[in-house]
Amino acid sequence: MSTSAVNPKKRTGPVIFSEYNSGDGIKKAFSLKREDILFELKESKLKGRGGAGFPTSSKWMLTAAATSEKKFLICNADEGEPGTFKDRVLLQEYPELVFDGMVIGGYTIGAKYGIVYLRGEYEYIYESLQSYLQSMRKRNFLGNNILGSNFSFDIKIHLGAGAYVCGEETALIESLEGERGEPRNRPPYPVNTGYMGYPTVVNNVETLAAVPHIVCKSGKWFKKFGTDKSTGSKLFSVSGDCNKPGVYELPWGITIRELLNIVEAENTKAVQVGGASGICIPKSGFDRKLGYEDAATGGSVIVFNEKRNMLQVLKNFMEFFVEESCGQCTPCRIGNVKLLEGVEKIEKGNYTFSYINTLKELGNTMKVASKCGLGQSSPNSFISILENFKDEIFKSNGANNDRVG
Amino acid sequence: MTESDNIRVPVSQQPHSVTKSKKENGIGGLVSVQINEKAVMVPLGTTILEACRKNQIHIPTLCHHEDLCLAGLCRICVVDVEGMKTLQAACSFPITSPLKIHTSTPMVRKARRHIIDLILSEHCGECYSCIRNGNCELQALAKEYGVDGYRFGHVEQPRYSVDRSSVSVIRDLNKCILCRRCIRTCIDLQEVGVLEAIDRGDKTHIGTFLDKPLADVICINCGQCTNRCPTAALSTNDPSDEIWEAIDNPNKHVVIQTAPSPRAAIGEEFGVAPGKSFTGELNSALKRIGFDKVFDTNFTADLTIIEEGTELLNRLKKVLVNCDTSVKLPQFTSCSPGWIKFIEHFYPEYLDYLSTAKSPQQMFGAVIKTFYAKETGINPDDIVTVALMPCSAKKFECNRPEMNSSGYKDVDFGLTTREMATMIKEAGIYLPEMPKTGFDDPFGEASGAGLIFGATGGVMEAALRTVYELVTGREVPFKNLNIEPCRGFEGIKQASVKLENCVNEYSFLEGVDLKFLVAHGTANAKKVMQMLKRGELNDVHFVEIMACPGGCLGGGGQPIPTSAEIRRKRAQAIYEEEASLPIRKSHENPYVKYIYERFLTEGPCGKLSHKLLHTHYTKRGRFIS
Amino acid sequence: MLTLEKNSLSEEIEELVSLYGENRGSLLEILGAIEKKYGYISEFAQQEVARLLNIHPVEVYSFISFFSFLHSKPQGRNMVRMCKTIACNMKGADNISAVIEKELGIKFGETTKNRRVTLEYTNCLGMCDCAPAMLVNGKIYTNLDVEKAIKIINELK
Repeated sequence: MSTSAVNPKKRTGPVIFSEYNSGDGIKKAFSLKREDILFELKESKLKGRGGAGFPTSSKWMLTAAATSEKKFLICNADEGEPGTFKDRVLLQEYPELVFDGMVIGGYTIGAKYGIVYLRGEYEYIYESLQSYLQSMRKRNFLGNNILGSNFSFDIKIHLGAGAYVCGEETALIESLEGERGEPRNRPPYPVNTGYMGYPTVVNNVETLAAVPHIVCKSGKWFKKFGTDKSTGSKLFSVSGDCNKPGVYELPWGITIRELLNIVEAENTKAVQVGGASGICIPKSGFDRKLGYEDAATGGSVIVFNEKRNMLQVLKNFMEFFVEESCGQCTPCRIGNVKLLEGVEKIEKGNYTFSYINTLKELGNTMKVASKCGLGQSSPNSFISILENFKDEIFKSNGANNDRVG
Repeated sequence: MTESDNIRVPVSQQPHSVTKSKKENGIGGLVSVQINEKAVMVPLGTTILEACRKNQIHIPTLCHHEDLCLAGLCRICVVDVEGMKTLQAACSFPITSPLKIHTSTPMVRKARRHIIDLILSEHCGECYSCIRNGNCELQALAKEYGVDGYRFGHVEQPRYSVDRSSVSVIRDLNKCILCRRCIRTCIDLQEVGVLEAIDRGDKTHIGTFLDKPLADVICINCGQCTNRCPTAALSTNDPSDEIWEAIDNPNKHVVIQTAPSPRAAIGEEFGVAPGKSFTGELNSALKRIGFDKVFDTNFTADLTIIEEGTELLNRLKKVLVNCDTSVKLPQFTSCSPGWIKFIEHFYPEYLDYLSTAKSPQQMFGAVIKTFYAKETGINPDDIVTVALMPCSAKKFECNRPEMNSSGYKDVDFGLTTREMATMIKEAGIYLPEMPKTGFDDPFGEASGAGLIFGATGGVMEAALRTVYELVTGREVPFKNLNIEPCRGFEGIKQASVKLENCVNEYSFLEGVDLKFLVAHGTANAKKVMQMLKRGELNDVHFVEIMACPGGCLGGGGQPIPTSAEIRRKRAQAIYEEEASLPIRKSHENPYVKYIYERFLTEGPCGKLSHKLLHTHYTKRGRFIS
Repeated sequence: MLTLEKNSLSEEIEELVSLYGENRGSLLEILGAIEKKYGYISEFAQQEVARLLNIHPVEVYSFISFFSFLHSKPQGRNMVRMCKTIACNMKGADNISAVIEKELGIKFGETTKNRRVTLEYTNCLGMCDCAPAMLVNGKIYTNLDVEKAIKIINELK
């Protein structure tokens, strides 16, 4: 079984891949009060690393403040965004960070139950994760009365079954409850009404991995990296046309050009930041900074060189969304089909510019009217690729005169 | 296996998922919101849609239905909430803090228009050949938003084949807009569980277990789904073509029996506000259409009371006097065919509890093709019996193989209220302005007891009026014979009436507290059966169950739309019509006395009664039929 | 299905229910376990799960049909899932898919006549830096080329 290009445990990085020993975070957390941990988290300005970028401290604070007989902490390991593989690396090579983060999370919000929702495609790491959890229990870092305290927390791993939409937190919760993985109406949010109706925090793997570091080294330390609004570092999973694809931990605020240099990409035409739901940035935008202020991503960075046919890239993305849409709400279910049909029309030269504009307007509607993030972000690649590569696409696909009807 | 309620609906989908403040005027009980520059105060937890409706601000909806849990998936009702990046669905957004809402910004209007265009791009159907032409929510929306072209194209070829396997309900997936109302009706409201969304993304379609034809699964034919479908994706199986053929055939003697619920609701199909009965007008209209005779189903409702009441007294005697443990109590009513199919599928081991009496519709069919045929000298072969019912399950009922005790198919066609209205309109008749006429002999006018069958609790009330008087010789101790504990829309009602100073024949019932229970909607029927299983009904004697919420007046074949308010008005119409009738007890109906003297001479539950007016039931599969 | 087979399947499902819990929340786990052992969840199995969890069988069927990794119809002994998303596509997954189809004589979405191999497309497997990738019976194979792919397929035939 082959893994990523970079050797395990020889990874280096400012935050996540920095020095850490299993259990350190838990021990430090137990010496602090819950409010202190929340304070450090707030100081750090850590935002969700799955792509949505919601302030983690807010999520934890709301859940910690809720009174309920049960609370849950769910680790969202349903990494499905095309081009993202950093969570797999974290789970395979740094389980101590993720699970210590979960224990700290449970301690802070007052949850006794932790769930890891592992995507079905990662079934092959299920056993190693289970045995790691077992080792944690043996060392008293998990289970009843952790480290002799009166805090008990245990983690169960649930395997997904092949649905990208279950990466959305309410769809994830729905599938855990035995329903189709269709996102819920929000509000109420999971911190209020989550798994089985109880207050639930759903965090990305990388977010949880950052927590032990913040607890050990303080939120102020974490803020040193990155930018003002995008603090800390990010694990970028880079793939595509470059010589050194793989997972890189880099501070937020790095420009695309700098990243391309690191991964030794040549003759780059475009960079897809944020996976299929992200935006496609042409050469003119390579000085843009990666971060929540400008080009945000859950980690996926896909590099395209001059030889790539951008229309085919777009088609691949739209086919992905048509297949993975849960089908519940009208704009996403039918909208994605129409966008794909539009791409196929362009492919065949059988389109008019006014119809393409209509589809762009449809994309704008989908962005605001869809029920969940999938439908809200699937038009991003459609709009950005058609906009940024219009010369390539419309010239080479014939019919550039506006036909009526 | 526990019988716990494995409720499907997640907490966020139930109406009012936000705990409401106990006192509305208390602190935090009311929230101030601004809707389109209008400042209003609403109770905490009110959805934006409710707040708008209370303030006469119109927001279009498609997947939303008052009777059903929230969905928020068609996205037509989206509104702009200041401060939120995306538009929010008004139907499912609970107001918990002060908000500024705009219901008609350019972005909102564009979004709504796009959504309608998207739905139309996949909706394969032509309005002019569709049964919902004129009463289709998609059509209405398209008109409201000025749709004048297929912006995103249109499907010309149907993608799915129409499921005509069931004799009651037809499924045309090509017209489905995936609002999921049928699923919420079948699983959440009725708890039968026949329909669900199958597959994912653009392949999503509404299907049954393993996508089997509807006739092969446990559909009870209640038709509640057809009543809530906004388009013609689900409809009842309309036999009017065959009925017209029979009417136009000079050799056929076509008779129709009309039930009280259609009469109380058919005016809605002609634009009249709910709550007015058109019994007399309907009789004239039916004669004008060409029916040879118009009969009142309430006649056989009265007959049902006599038969079922006698059966109950017989059972009570066997249990109390003979201590016969093979006789089951409580006795369950058996006039709702949706309920019958429900218990045959889900609780087949309890079939012995059902009364063996047929429903009024089927009793009438048997009586017409024997007694009536004899009296008039018409060959029963040439008689075509049509039943006007609020119910789609009646279509299945009249086709049950055992319903031929007359030697012929007892009831040939079951026709719903909606289908009847179409026939009337086809004949160029405007119902509300027809003159009033009475019913035809020899079955004449029926008692009020028969009429109240249409409302939940009606059968129980009618039965009590007769049984109590038979046993004690006195009228029921309720003012104006209105047995209030039977009335109202509470899911399960329980009450009792004490039998004292009984006549000699029924002295064994002296001092007995006659306990009865009334339930409507199969979700409540399920609860009642679970009570029975747990032994909680051991001292109950008589249970009335109607498959449809509200009773027959809320039937699947009734006019669309339906709501709690509309059902209340229909019930009011029924009770008002009843109160004005001269005869209000089944056993005082002179025509009932006539038929027992002339025809069913062994009396109720005698041999001939058993043959013609009683039936047996079939055990069916739990998951597939 | 033979009564004996039905009884043993019922017993297995009862064990799964008592292991994972008698509520609909255990659907993912129970169905995942049945799929893992039998390659699909039969009509009878769906009815048993519905009966034991006290939900409607159409809900079980609906749940199965939603997820790519759960099936209602029998599949081949070996399940090959080829990634067709962008990173693998860029590294020649199309070509490898065509070669695999030719080797087995079936198209993706189909099962070989001897029921040994089912080919399915899947979306991003999270192996983008060592694309193209495919899953065979849950095991991951990366950095594929035509020879490697053929070798793997031949072992399954």
